[in-house]
Amino acid sequence: MSTYSVSDATAAAAAAPRGSVRLANLSGSYGVGLAASLAWLAFGVSSLYWPDLGDWSRTDSLGIGAIVIAAFVLFGTFGADYLGGAGEALRKRAPWLVALGAFLTLWEVATAKFAWLPLPFFPPPQSILEVYTDDLPKLLDSVFASVKLQLGGYIIGATVGFLTGVSIGWSQKIGYWVHPVLRFIGPLPATAWLPIAFFSFPSSWSASTFLIALATGFPVTVLTWSGVASVSSAYYDVARTLGAKPSFLVLKVAIPAALPHVFVGLFMGLGSSFAVLVVAEMIGVKAGLGWYLQWAQGWAAYSNMYAALIVMSLLCSGAITLLFRTRDRLLVWQKGVVKW
Amino acid sequence: MVAQAIAQATAEAITYPAVGAALDIEGVSHAFDIDGATLPVLDNVNLAIAPGEFVALLGPSGCGKSTLLRLVAGLEKPRAGALREDEVRITGPHPSRVVVFQDPTLFPWRSVWDNAALGLEAQGILKTQRHRVDAVLELVGLTSFRNAYPHQLSGGMAQRVALARALVNDPKILVLDEPLGKLDSLTRISMQAELVALWQRKGFTTLLVTHDVEEALVLANRVIVLSDRPARITADIAVDRPYPRHRGDPYLAGLRKQILGLLGLEATW
Repeated sequence: MSTYSVSDATAAAAAAPRGSVRLANLSGSYGVGLAASLAWLAFGVSSLYWPDLGDWSRTDSLGIGAIVIAAFVLFGTFGADYLGGAGEALRKRAPWLVALGAFLTLWEVATAKFAWLPLPFFPPPQSILEVYTDDLPKLLDSVFASVKLQLGGYIIGATVGFLTGVSIGWSQKIGYWVHPVLRFIGPLPATAWLPIAFFSFPSSWSASTFLIALATGFPVTVLTWSGVASVSSAYYDVARTLGAKPSFLVLKVAIPAALPHVFVGLFMGLGSSFAVLVVAEMIGVKAGLGWYLQWAQGWAAYSNMYAALIVMSLLCSGAITLLFRTRDRLLVWQKGVVKW
Repeated sequence: MVAQAIAQATAEAITYPAVGAALDIEGVSHAFDIDGATLPVLDNVNLAIAPGEFVALLGPSGCGKSTLLRLVAGLEKPRAGALREDEVRITGPHPSRVVVFQDPTLFPWRSVWDNAALGLEAQGILKTQRHRVDAVLELVGLTSFRNAYPHQLSGGMAQRVALARALVNDPKILVLDEPLGKLDSLTRISMQAELVALWQRKGFTTLLVTHDVEEALVLANRVIVLSDRPARITADIAVDRPYPRHRGDPYLAGLRKQILGLLGLEATW
């Protein structure tokens, strides 16, 4: 399919006269790159040209930075053939760079320059940049605290959930005892435990770890269990006639066959554990991005809130990307997996 | 040290088996419990198979042929009677009796090579016996597909991998449960020839369940005809013709007519 279209395009290019090829390139792939560069230039110029309505110290750096980016995009566009992979990557993302530049220009003009949006609640880009440069240590501390809490709780929850799921999928006796408990406790949102957890655990950190583990554990348990239970008995028959012992049936048949389900559980668990993390940090834990958000709101520091929100969304989407990469690597044997 | 020596000895015993084993089915009856009712499937089946014989089981659909194979494989225990492999009572599955099922049931998360290696891995002897996997893939002509995953294979190739996965254990008894039933007719004919060649070369005892009278006559040197459920043996026919056999052979055509008659289908002939 792809070879067909590539050879087709090459043939067409070879057939067309030289001049028209160059023109087509200019209006095609070069055109988008040029537009991207212009959009970023507009962003830079708009922040430098008009005077600010408020008192922000990073306006000049922001403007110069935007113009530098515009220059990079320009050189990258025309030098794409000499830049290899980086040039190709830039060409692919050029339409997004146009949109981003246009959005930033509009944001800049609508806030810092003409205040079309009410000011303290909608801070301009330069004030968010200011947060990243001036409040970096505190922000980094918060990121570190959040990642530590999330990672600890998630790993505990995923491990316990996976082991529980495999045991109840495999042994009816264990299932008899665990299933009703799971049914009773599982559907309860983990945040409902917050008040109890915070006074029954020795520290707010251990309480939050427990809650994150709980939020992760339930979906992982249920999906691992259903994965193990739905393994075709024909696989077990085959393995048994070939001389497999029960441990081989669990480790080399049931678990690999259930793995696609397990990853759905891990994905769902990740989503619900983020929610618990932020709520726990807002309510009890005295560190982390949730706490930073709460603190910024208390001081009416809206630019800090936006800055923290952006970092938070980068972290969450980064975690999910990491999970999906792991899955794609482990499940290469699956045909046509859903891409994220 | 001693354990190692024993493991070594076991490995070698598995590597160089005597050719096919004798299989004795003595007064075997079996039944299933479905919703409280007892459904008899096998009724006093007696059958003695000599080492190295190729026996085909023919019978109407749902008569209990596959159940008999599961008993031979040791996946289930009979309600009455006994099955013996070389005079030793069959109590559970053992890699000396390997089954090839109608569906290839390859493990989709394993490559062709890893699927073929399954038996050796399950018995814990893969490390020293890797060459056997290579050899068996060579035997079924899939060496160049060793790294492919099952979803990339055609039906015929997948069934060949299933065959390789069985043969790597050097079985004494190969149990085939309609292994060619889902293949297209051309692939089927070529795989029938491959099966006969493998059987002649390796000398294992073969027990084949099939719906296809012609297939039974082309492959087997003994055809057992079973009755409707509960299955009893209604005929035991020797097919005394040299290999390779020809489908148009008038002797086989005569046998085919006789067998179709036994199955109550003479009108269609």
